[in-house]
Order: sequence, then C-alpha cells, then structure tokens
Amino acid sequence: MSKLAFPSWAVWLMALGFAGFIALVVLSIRQNKGIKRSLFAYPYGLWIVIFTIIPLFLIGYYAFTDKTGAFTLDNFKNFWDSNYDMHKQLAEMGHNPADLGITRGLVNVDTLIYSLWMAFLCTLICLGLGYPAALFMADRNFKLGSTLVILFIIPMWMNFLLRTIAWMSLLEDNGLINSLLTGLGLPKMRLMYNSQAVLLGMVYNYLPFMVFPIYNSLNKQDNRLSEAAMDLGADEMVTFLRVTVPLSLPGVVSGITMVFMPSVTTFFIPRVLGGGNTEMFGDLIERTFLSADNWNLGSALSLIMMVLILLSLTLLRKVDPEGEGGSTI
Amino acid sequence: MSKFLKRFYLVLILLFLYVPIVVLIVESFNAGVSRAKWEGFSLRWYNDLFNSPAIINALYVTVSIAFLAAFFATILGTLAAIGIHAMKKRPQSIMMTLTNIPMTMPDIVTAISLMLLFIFTKLHRGYFTMLLAHITFNIPYVILSVMPKLKQMNKFSYEAALDLGATPGYALRKVVIPYVMPGVITGALLSFTLSLDDFTISYFTTSPLVQNLSTLIYSEARKGIKPTMNALSALMFIALLILLLLVNRRASMNND
Repeated sequence: MSKLAFPSWAVWLMALGFAGFIALVVLSIRQNKGIKRSLFAYPYGLWIVIFTIIPLFLIGYYAFTDKTGAFTLDNFKNFWDSNYDMHKQLAEMGHNPADLGITRGLVNVDTLIYSLWMAFLCTLICLGLGYPAALFMADRNFKLGSTLVILFIIPMWMNFLLRTIAWMSLLEDNGLINSLLTGLGLPKMRLMYNSQAVLLGMVYNYLPFMVFPIYNSLNKQDNRLSEAAMDLGADEMVTFLRVTVPLSLPGVVSGITMVFMPSVTTFFIPRVLGGGNTEMFGDLIERTFLSADNWNLGSALSLIMMVLILLSLTLLRKVDPEGEGGSTI
Repeated sequence: MSKFLKRFYLVLILLFLYVPIVVLIVESFNAGVSRAKWEGFSLRWYNDLFNSPAIINALYVTVSIAFLAAFFATILGTLAAIGIHAMKKRPQSIMMTLTNIPMTMPDIVTAISLMLLFIFTKLHRGYFTMLLAHITFNIPYVILSVMPKLKQMNKFSYEAALDLGATPGYALRKVVIPYVMPGVITGALLSFTLSLDDFTISYFTTSPLVQNLSTLIYSEARKGIKPTMNALSALMFIALLILLLLVNRRASMNND
C-alpha cells in the first residue's frame, strides 16, 4: 500500500540472522534442551551495538570531520562563531575580516543559552504547578487520586502536534480567548508569536511528566512518619517541610529530569506558537541537518547537546542515587 | 488549606490540560474551515476523512508500524530481560546502562544518530528504516516493564520445577513466562502507544514519500491544518478511550 523503500541485501541478511536466532531459541525451548539463559540477551546485545552504539559513534565521527571526511575542529568553531566560515574565506582571499566589520556570529550560542533558559523556566513552572497537584492527589482523604492519574494520562494520547496546534485556535488574534475578551468589552491581547506562548505550550506538554513521579513518591510515603512528627509536637507546616518534602525529593528529581531534558531539545512548539526569534536548540539542529544539509555542524551541535545532558544527569544522580522516583507508566 | 480550594486547584489544572482537546474535537464538527468561527454543526470533515488517500495511507503506516514495532520489540525485549536477569552482576549492570542510554538521550539525538546510520549504510529512508527506529526505541521500555517482574519472582519456583523433573525449557515455558506475562503485556501496550504518538524519530528516519500521521501533520502545519485531521484524531482518541475502558473492566472482572 505504501511505497516501501527496499533495503540493501546486508539488512536482509541481518534480519535473517535475527530470525534465525529467535527460531533457535524457540526450538531449544520446544525441545527442552537447556541452553544458557544469558544467551537470550544476545540478539538484543547485537541490536544495541548496531542501533545505539554505532549511531552514537557516527555523531562523533561526523562532528569531528568535514565534508571530505578529514579530521577538523571547524564544526565546533562554527558553533562558537557562526561567521567562522566567512572569516576563513575572507582571510584566504587576503582580506582582514575585522576591517570589513564582520564580527563573531552569535546565532548558535545564543540559541543554546535561550533554550537552556526556556527549559529552566518550563521546569520551574511545572514544578510550581505540579507539586501542589501531586500533593493534593496523594492526600489520604482524597479517594480519586488514581483516577486523576488516568485523567492526566488521557490528554497525552491526542497527537502531540495536534494538541499544540489546538492552542493556536485559543491564542490567535481572532482566537477564542480574544473573542471572549472583545465580548466582554475588553481590548484584544497579542497572545501568540512570542516566548510566553512557547513557554505555555511547553508547560502544557510536559506538566504530566512532573506530576507523575512526585505523586508516586508521595503516595509511597509511610503515613506513620508524618503522624510521628505530629505526635512529637511538630505542627502541620513543619511536618510538611521537614518530613514530606525531603521524602519526596527523589520524585522531584526525576520529575525535573523528565521535564528539563525534553524541554531543552523541544522543537516544533516554537515553530507553531513562537515568533521569528524564538528558535530553540532542537529547531536549530533540525534546520542545520535538513534545511542547511550540514551534517557535520549538525552532529557537532548534537554532540554538545549530549554532553550537556550527560553532565546534568550526573549532577542529578548525586541527589537521587537510586534513581527512585521513577515513572508511573 | 480547605478541601474545597484543593479540589478547585485540581479542577483548574485538569481544565488547562483538557481545554485544547475539547476545542480540537468541537472544531471537527464545525461546518466552516475557519478555526475561530462556529458555522454550524456538520459531519463534512468526517466524510472528507474517508475520501482522503493521504490521511488513510498515513493512518495505515502509523498503525502498522506501531503494531509491528510493538511485536518485535516485545519479543526481543522479553528475551533480553530474561537473558540479562540470568547474567552475572557485571555484564548485567553493563547491559542495563546500555539499555538506559536511548531513554536518557533526547529524542532528537536518537533520531539523528539513527538517521546518520541509515545515511552511512546507504539505506533508503522509508517504511523499513522507520520500523527499525521504532523497534529500537521501544525495546528498553519492554525490558524495563519485564525486569521488575523477574526480580519479584521467587527464584526457587524455577528451581523447584527443575527438581520436580521439568527440563529448563519446560520450566521456562510453564513457570517463568506465565509469571512475567503482565509485564510483557504492559511493555507491549506501552510500545504500541509510544510508537503511535512518535514524531521526532519518525520524522528523521523516513522520507517525505512515506508519512505517518505525525509527519503528515507536521508537513501540513505550515499550510494550515484542515479540520479533517481533527476529525481523525477525535476518532482515534475515542477509540483509545474505549480500549482503556475495556481493559479496565477486564482487569476489575479478573480481580473479583
């Protein structure tokens, strides 16, 4: 029905190898011959090597080479200064770029800083909105907690792109919110095509990822602990601050991880809800790869992204070494 | 804080989450094309939906990939979980670290790394590469759903089966696999929904000729989405809701 792209013979061979291995496993189970059970993980091991490890090395390879495949650091210099190539060409032609008034291009670095800032704000807002929500849901007197979890999951089934586009109908100049405002005799507001709209879209998409882990860790808490604190004379506020909150920190940490990581690399949301100067790092990577066709620079940008994420993960691991909080789904 | 205020807050948060979805569904019944103006109730977009080959084709690609990816990921992932569980401590922790890589990497990095792999191996990007990519990001979720079940399992029940004369293969089939089945099913459902909703990874690993619903929406987003898309997503939303209700009823019936 669809136009299938036919893979080369090597891929078919690989597929055959996998099918063969699985057949072997099934056969050995059927024939009741004991094979070593750790063997079962081998196809997956091979899969990881081909589809996770080699691809990650490829990013590194492209990041440190130029179009001809020769080793270079130019991609990183291009990240630091988006006019770097121009400088180089001018210098080769015998001009002095400084005389021509061409200075360092800041597009890439600025986009990275802007993305980190937006992701930080998004995480902060999600935490501010999500923590009370999780707290009220985990309340012992509140019986609907688990139903609410499902109610938080259901919106995520609607295609993420369509949900973001739906915000357009609400925020547009002639959208629902503005018609409501004019209906009440109030002036119209410009709600779309700015950073706030992008932030709204991000919070909307990532809020559930903050609520779930916090709810989980609050729900797991032994109620007797806070009761003990009260018995020992702590009032409600002190109990909350010194018992409940510290015990929920693992959930908070994994919530922060689950919101911050995807926020930095958000793409699409800024394109739909944002204006001209709200490009984020994800959009930049996509544009560099697919519009500018510069895989080498694109790989360098992805590598920088990866390093940043790994750094922040190691930092967060220090707070939550067990990786507890976890996700509910 | 009073009980009322707490509930009110939760209602507000839920409103925030649901308003766009309600808007989306209402728009799908709007007779006019304009997003903002209500021009009367109509089913014309639902009618258009079934006469739009691009959308039907994208639906076919989405659902078939989700199904196939969930199927292969569940088999590979379950086998892997059993294998990893039986490993010695060191290789086990190495495998789990490797499993966590794709889950901690942002989607866009996974997507790009896979795209580079397909470019490097000169594989034409299309249906097949999208399927490979989906299997790849699904397997870790299956492993992480099956692993806790394996850890919970009393290891002596497997040994007891062997002592009672079962061969390792028989014990695996009759003792281990039935025990971890709930984890396997969770993993499969999770894979299916993740791949149904995926955009970033599909976008980088397919060509414009083979589109799933997400990439189709993306390519149309700049031209302006037609309410036909809303109609489709409303239908899919309702279908998933019904599925959830059925699964829940089955679960509660089993509990009784």
